[in-house]
Amino acid sequence: MKTRNNGSVVRIAAPFWGLVQRFYFPLLVLAAIALMMIGHVNVGAIDQARARVTDAFTPILNVMSRPAASVADALEYGRQLVDLHEENARLRDENTRLRQWEQVALRLEAENGSLRSLLAFKADPPARFITARVVGDPGGAFVRTVVITAGARDGVERGQAAMSGQGLVGRVVQVGEWSSRVLLITDLNARIPVVLETSRQRAMLAGDNSDHPTLLYVPGNTAVSPGERVFTSGHGGLFPPGLPVGVMEIGKDGQPHVVPMADLSSLEHLQIVRFAGTDGLAAEAVQPGAMQ
Amino acid sequence: MAGGFWHRLDQTARNLLPFGSIVMAMLLAMVPLPLPGYSVVTPPLVLICLFYWVIHRPDLLRPLVVFALGVLHDLISGSPLGVTSLYLILTYWLLITQRRFFLGRSFGMLWLGFALVAFGASVVQWLVFALMSAHLLDARPVLVHAALGVALFPLPTYLLQRLHRAYLS
Repeated sequence: MKTRNNGSVVRIAAPFWGLVQRFYFPLLVLAAIALMMIGHVNVGAIDQARARVTDAFTPILNVMSRPAASVADALEYGRQLVDLHEENARLRDENTRLRQWEQVALRLEAENGSLRSLLAFKADPPARFITARVVGDPGGAFVRTVVITAGARDGVERGQAAMSGQGLVGRVVQVGEWSSRVLLITDLNARIPVVLETSRQRAMLAGDNSDHPTLLYVPGNTAVSPGERVFTSGHGGLFPPGLPVGVMEIGKDGQPHVVPMADLSSLEHLQIVRFAGTDGLAAEAVQPGAMQ
Repeated sequence: MAGGFWHRLDQTARNLLPFGSIVMAMLLAMVPLPLPGYSVVTPPLVLICLFYWVIHRPDLLRPLVVFALGVLHDLISGSPLGVTSLYLILTYWLLITQRRFFLGRSFGMLWLGFALVAFGASVVQWLVFALMSAHLLDARPVLVHAALGVALFPLPTYLLQRLHRAYLS
């Protein structure tokens, strides 16, 4: 592009450009730090930009992740062929056991139904699911999020719970038109209200960037036992109560930790739970200034 | 004139190779691989590409472009805005001042140089995240990240070298 060499403009601009050239790198470093501060202050606008950019790149990520998924499927198929016989025996065994459980469950359901009718109990509305593929796993050392191929037009909303087959994996934190981002329960900023199964002790599940998130606010004098299962408590109204999260254990540091039921390191598909709970009462438990 | 136009278009496309390779590396690093524990230890491919191009063709990769690539990475990956730009720009700054030292050295020296850069970038990341969350974080994930980058360094560098020779010489 040609610039007009107007005398006065050059007189003012030339020293300025000289200064910029001289301190180019320090200025860029300052700009990066300024961006971090803007990110803390102006969360809404940044969130919009993130959603747009993620929307734009999701189709590309979707295509790129297909070959990896196919290779993994092929490997899995080969592995299954090897121990087909043992697997079959194990499944038969499990099937007979599950049939017995089915009878128990049916009996309990009927009993539960009749008891509820006696009490006029108002049950929670049933949850519905949206299933989506995981296409992006940015894999930073300090950020644990995944990008999935379902967005606002599929009915995903911020704050909804994301499950894999076995248990809770995270919470939707950003929704674009056809993509959204899930903050995993291991992320530093993840906070999820949970309840312990047998002791009925409430606690807050807090990610600490390790594979086993910490349980916060468990009073020291309560009788919690390692091996207890942990469920979402439904407090805050965003998550349905009773989603399985993991199993409690006492870590090396003596603190209670939760071993997630879902394998968070290799997620392929996620189910987003649409739960029509208490509208408007939803209080999201996140730290201010965090990845929202 | 037409020949001139096509020639210029061709040259422009070739000159976009450093930029394009970094974008590709960024997206590749984000593809979820169903390996146990992979997401925690994705290799820092972007840093390897930046290292190669700043040493060999810094004229095709302006600092402002690197800054923009950092912002793009933060927007897609969900990390706090500016973190990637910060450590990429610091890396660029360090490399451009030490470029003469690296040029014409053996591959072993380059490898050693990358190891220093990778661990330096990890320390910067760790510092930023520790300041943001206001307590000392476990530095192991980021060190594993850097170590993996150092271990894998020859492979992407070899590919970049092939691309460089094929399109930009």
